Amino acid sequence: MSNTDFTLAIEDLTVSFDGFKAVDNLNLYVDKDELRVVIGPNGAGKTTVLDLICGKTKSTSGSIKFKNKELTKLAEHEIVHAGVGRKFQTPSIYENLSVYDNLEVSFPRGRGVFGSLTFKCDEEVDTRIREVAKEIFLEEFLDMESALLSHGQKQWLEIGMLLIQEPELLMLDEPVAGMSVKEREQTAELLNRICKGRSVLVIEHDMDFVEKIAHKVTVLHQGKILAEGDMKTVQNDPNVIEVYLGH
Amino acid sequence: MNFVYDRFLGGKNGAIGIAVLAALIFIILPLALDLFRLNLVGKYLTYAFAAVSLVLLWGYGGILSLGQGVFFGLGGYCMAMFLKLEASDPETTKIQSTPGIPDFMDWNQLTSLPWFWEPFNNFGFTVAAVILVPTIFALIIGYSMFKRRVGGVYFAIITQIIALILTVLIVGQQGYTGGINGITDLRTLNGWDIRDDSSKYILYFINAFLLFGVIFLSRFILTSKFGRLLLAMRDKEDRVRFSGYDVSNFKIFVFCISAMISAIGGAMFTLQVGFMSPSFVGIVPSIEMVIFAAVGGRMSLIGVVYGTLLVNFGKTMFSESFPELWLYLMGALFIGVVMYFPNGLAGIWDKHGSKMLKCIKNMQCVGAVKSMLESRRIAKADASGE
Repeated sequence: MSNTDFTLAIEDLTVSFDGFKAVDNLNLYVDKDELRVVIGPNGAGKTTVLDLICGKTKSTSGSIKFKNKELTKLAEHEIVHAGVGRKFQTPSIYENLSVYDNLEVSFPRGRGVFGSLTFKCDEEVDTRIREVAKEIFLEEFLDMESALLSHGQKQWLEIGMLLIQEPELLMLDEPVAGMSVKEREQTAELLNRICKGRSVLVIEHDMDFVEKIAHKVTVLHQGKILAEGDMKTVQNDPNVIEVYLGH
Repeated sequence: MNFVYDRFLGGKNGAIGIAVLAALIFIILPLALDLFRLNLVGKYLTYAFAAVSLVLLWGYGGILSLGQGVFFGLGGYCMAMFLKLEASDPETTKIQSTPGIPDFMDWNQLTSLPWFWEPFNNFGFTVAAVILVPTIFALIIGYSMFKRRVGGVYFAIITQIIALILTVLIVGQQGYTGGINGITDLRTLNGWDIRDDSSKYILYFINAFLLFGVIFLSRFILTSKFGRLLLAMRDKEDRVRFSGYDVSNFKIFVFCISAMISAIGGAMFTLQVGFMSPSFVGIVPSIEMVIFAAVGGRMSLIGVVYGTLLVNFGKTMFSESFPELWLYLMGALFIGVVMYFPNGLAGIWDKHGSKMLKCIKNMQCVGAVKSMLESRRIAKADASGE
């Protein structure tokens, strides 16, 4: 496959679980500074696509190139080092650590065994932690045990744990699930802010929210792309209407 | 200075805890107990090494090893091999058909020292082997399991099986290992008699120093980012992996460190007790070590030392009167602790200790108030009486 200008270029990607093709010959390109939303009915393969990109699931065939670097052969932590960050569907934070420690542990230094033994939380790290905490609306909660945060705040914290690593591709799996209306608005604003200088790939069901953030929308159905384009085009696409309303 | 205070002692509470434990082990117990009992305490404290290692591995790392006895035993056997060779000089073994080799080899018709025994003539090699043999063994086990993402119950079962296999191997290879009796009749260390009274005292204190050294090392590891990563991995392993860490390397490292710590305990056991046998390697001692850690509190480096001492005192006292009941009691103790006090003695202390201290203070306060009121009443009565 040839090199491209895209941040993320997925070509002919297929994964099959015992013959069932969860993702089938998928082609997807994401630009720098782009915020792409992937939607689709349940079982369309959205989360599987993210799993494939971050290395949680190994592909059967095809290629995933991130800045022209092949990801399918790399281990999970190497993909992270390359600059890919991923948020899980249910907030995955370290509940027995404070908000501050959650961010500190995610800071991209001292990632080896011995590096972590000699890691010192110096001024640079401290400044960065406070900076990110402010961005994710949690600066007043730094010393709180993260188990005590609300569901929405946990979602933000996990986004913060990714931001502190300054990934060039940020993947968010249902970032506003379980959030209040106000929190959704804040999150939309946050996403619009953080997509500058990087690419963001979001999976979401909430159409109002999608409309607020998406530059481009990709509709997945049965592991294949059904439609792609801006929100309006996609909403008026007869195939999409068929899939969403047809049965 | 602050660095040492925070990272090795664990802040104010940690430092107080260590000071109290040090006073107990270095001053109170040696003054209060006769040599026989003190030697017993010394033996218990060697198990405390394994318990401390389980705080790192199980308490923080969430990796339950039911095979710490393997490493304890390997360390102990390495030391015992050196001591046995020293005790088997041609002069003292001249009645054997092959003088100069350990007695059990002679009984098993061996006519020369096996090759892997040879280097144990050297003390420097032996000390290195005590540390390295178990660590390398742990590295091999750890690498082959954690890289394949074996964990949880499966890891526990496999470590337990390794403990069983090693026991069977030692018992089966009588000519090389001394079989079920183990390596016995150990006398001197570089010419220094380890059996007389003064050396028992000295070994007790060396052991205690090493134990504190190991606690400081563990504290250093746990207060670093590594320690926080262990907690993070226990909670959300995938999140750590997808934050750019090679999780298996961290697990392998903590497993190796825990093996090394247990092994030091094993070597000190051999020195203080004077023999080593497969009964300290197998499944039962390995599980006992987990119980020591559970009773003491698997999140507390200091707590597990108390846990080890208490359970062992209980064992000695109880098994003197009801030997056959002990195992049942131990099982019940384990279940009880896991069900009702998951953080063991240390957890109980954290929850109620400060309250108890306050209570004592309050009682003094209440007493003071009472006596004040009393004296006022008397004064009033006196005034009205007049």
